[in-house]
Amino acid sequence: MVCKILVGFLFRCARYAVYIYGVQQLPSRLIEAAVDQIATLPGIGRRTALRLALSLLRRDTERVRALSDALISMSEGVSPCRVCHNLTEQDVCSICKTPERNRKLICVVEDIRDLIAIENVGTYRGVYHVLAGVISPMDGVGPADINIAALVLRISELDQDTEVIFALPSTMEGDTTSFYLYKKLVEFDIKVTTLARGIAVGEALQHADEATLARSMDNRTLYEI
Amino acid sequence: MQLNSLHLIHFKNHLSGDLKFGKQVNCLLGDNGSGKTNILDALHYLCFCKSYFNPIDSQNISHGESFMMIKGVFNHQGNEEIVSCGVKRGAKKVFKKNEKSYSRLLEHIGKFPAVIIAPDDSEIVRGGSEVRRKWMDGVISQYDRTYLEKLIDYKKAVHQRNNLFKYFAENRLWDTSLIEPWDARIAPNAVFIAQSRKEFIKNFLPVFIEVYNEICGGSEVVSLEYFSNVSNNEDEFMELLKTSQEDDRRLRRMTCGVHKDDLAFKIGDYPLRKFGSQGQQKTFLVALKLAQLVFLEKATGVKPILLLDDIFDKIDDKRVRALMSRVTDGTFGQIFITDTHMGRIPEMFTSIGADVRVFEVINGEVNTLDV
Ligand SMILES: [Zn+2]
Repeated sequence: MVCKILVGFLFRCARYAVYIYGVQQLPSRLIEAAVDQIATLPGIGRRTALRLALSLLRRDTERVRALSDALISMSEGVSPCRVCHNLTEQDVCSICKTPERNRKLICVVEDIRDLIAIENVGTYRGVYHVLAGVISPMDGVGPADINIAALVLRISELDQDTEVIFALPSTMEGDTTSFYLYKKLVEFDIKVTTLARGIAVGEALQHADEATLARSMDNRTLYEI
Repeated sequence: MQLNSLHLIHFKNHLSGDLKFGKQVNCLLGDNGSGKTNILDALHYLCFCKSYFNPIDSQNISHGESFMMIKGVFNHQGNEEIVSCGVKRGAKKVFKKNEKSYSRLLEHIGKFPAVIIAPDDSEIVRGGSEVRRKWMDGVISQYDRTYLEKLIDYKKAVHQRNNLFKYFAENRLWDTSLIEPWDARIAPNAVFIAQSRKEFIKNFLPVFIEVYNEICGGSEVVSLEYFSNVSNNEDEFMELLKTSQEDDRRLRRMTCGVHKDDLAFKIGDYPLRKFGSQGQQKTFLVALKLAQLVFLEKATGVKPILLLDDIFDKIDDKRVRALMSRVTDGTFGQIFITDTHMGRIPEMFTSIGADVRVFEVINGEVNTLDV
């Protein structure tokens, strides 16, 4: 009985400690340094950082070293592809290197994750250009902050039967970036396309939101068998 | 359209419980601060997805509680429709119709039309042009969803463009090729919004004049005039944006567009704001709102709910009595009305033969009274 109360008391103390240390001093400067570093990651606050640090402290040093080694190797070994800004361990990524890929078909995406999504479909045989962002003045992102100049340079070295596919997000910022890019690319007299937008495959009409439905109606296509 | 019942949990000053409403007139009686206006606000939530008085949802949860819930059962063109709104601290507001959540709140706007007349309406006459634009936007959005979509898009694009101009100024840069995509986004929406507002005022004016004359006996000539620097031609507006670039650059924001529109209220040849008496201004406002109800019914085919907060603050007994006689002839549908006096309103409606239900609100507790 006494033991139970004691355990409960200690448990509450521990929670209280986490609460206090979330905002106040930690018992060790080393822990504090680690927490500071972990808290720089996106979506991680100081309280979560402390929880992660304490969980790392409970591990064998070997396992912690494996984690830190993996992070350092990744940071040192991975860099953007010189051509398309996909991530790679070499100078040029595996997609750009594949000889069967059509280099005159370039799909422009915002993010590496978009590239991965299209690659997972497995049918696209062209290459990519990863912008690493879209133009958004309120977030302080202008054309110089994303890989637009590199794309323009890349296109300038290709001939006229090149096609550029805009596969940017269907947002105001995505649309604006497409508009800006189009104005930069139009002088090369190449084909510029954009992904179709509308009702999702397998989605019932009545469940589509109104904007999607309106857009599908506006961009309807010729029925072909 | 009618609201049959309302279910509240932890709304504002600890309003909880169930209320069953009458088809015509529902009187909410109580002292100032009793919470009677909060019931109107709960209805405002159900129709407009937000409070009329406090736009911050979490601040409408009762003090010390973690969530609030408003649920209403409507009779909408013969069908029973259940609308609910749930707000939890630290979470996104959940708005449902017949147990199905809306993915975008604006899909709900206009489905359950309502008109509110509240004391702070006087800002429409006395306040800056922004209040009048907001009023126009509110009415048009009730019957034209596309308008609301384009308005939201317009505002966001102008915000982005303004940020671009700030960025230019702070970094001593200037690149017109960066402005062009935003102008191209803004222009078609600006033209659409200006045309819609113009069209709205044109169609609304005769309805307004009729209602105004009915209240005042037709001795004065009233008018509404809409002003915009946006024409009906997209290229022309693009040109205007280009020529005002220097001003924009200096002031770091967009100096022309539909966010500069205004609406002039006139009695005779004089602006109501400067030359109208307080009584004239109040009557003008009540007429404006009642005309809004008549207009919305025409535009949507649904008779809006009328929410009247402290109407006696606006116009005298005699005029209210004359107005309210329109309840029995079917001009108005369901009405929710607040007052501090116990007898006045119920008696007035009973005398004209309307169906009246009376609720007494004391410290957030609501009791149905027998009349
Ligand atoms: Zn590559």
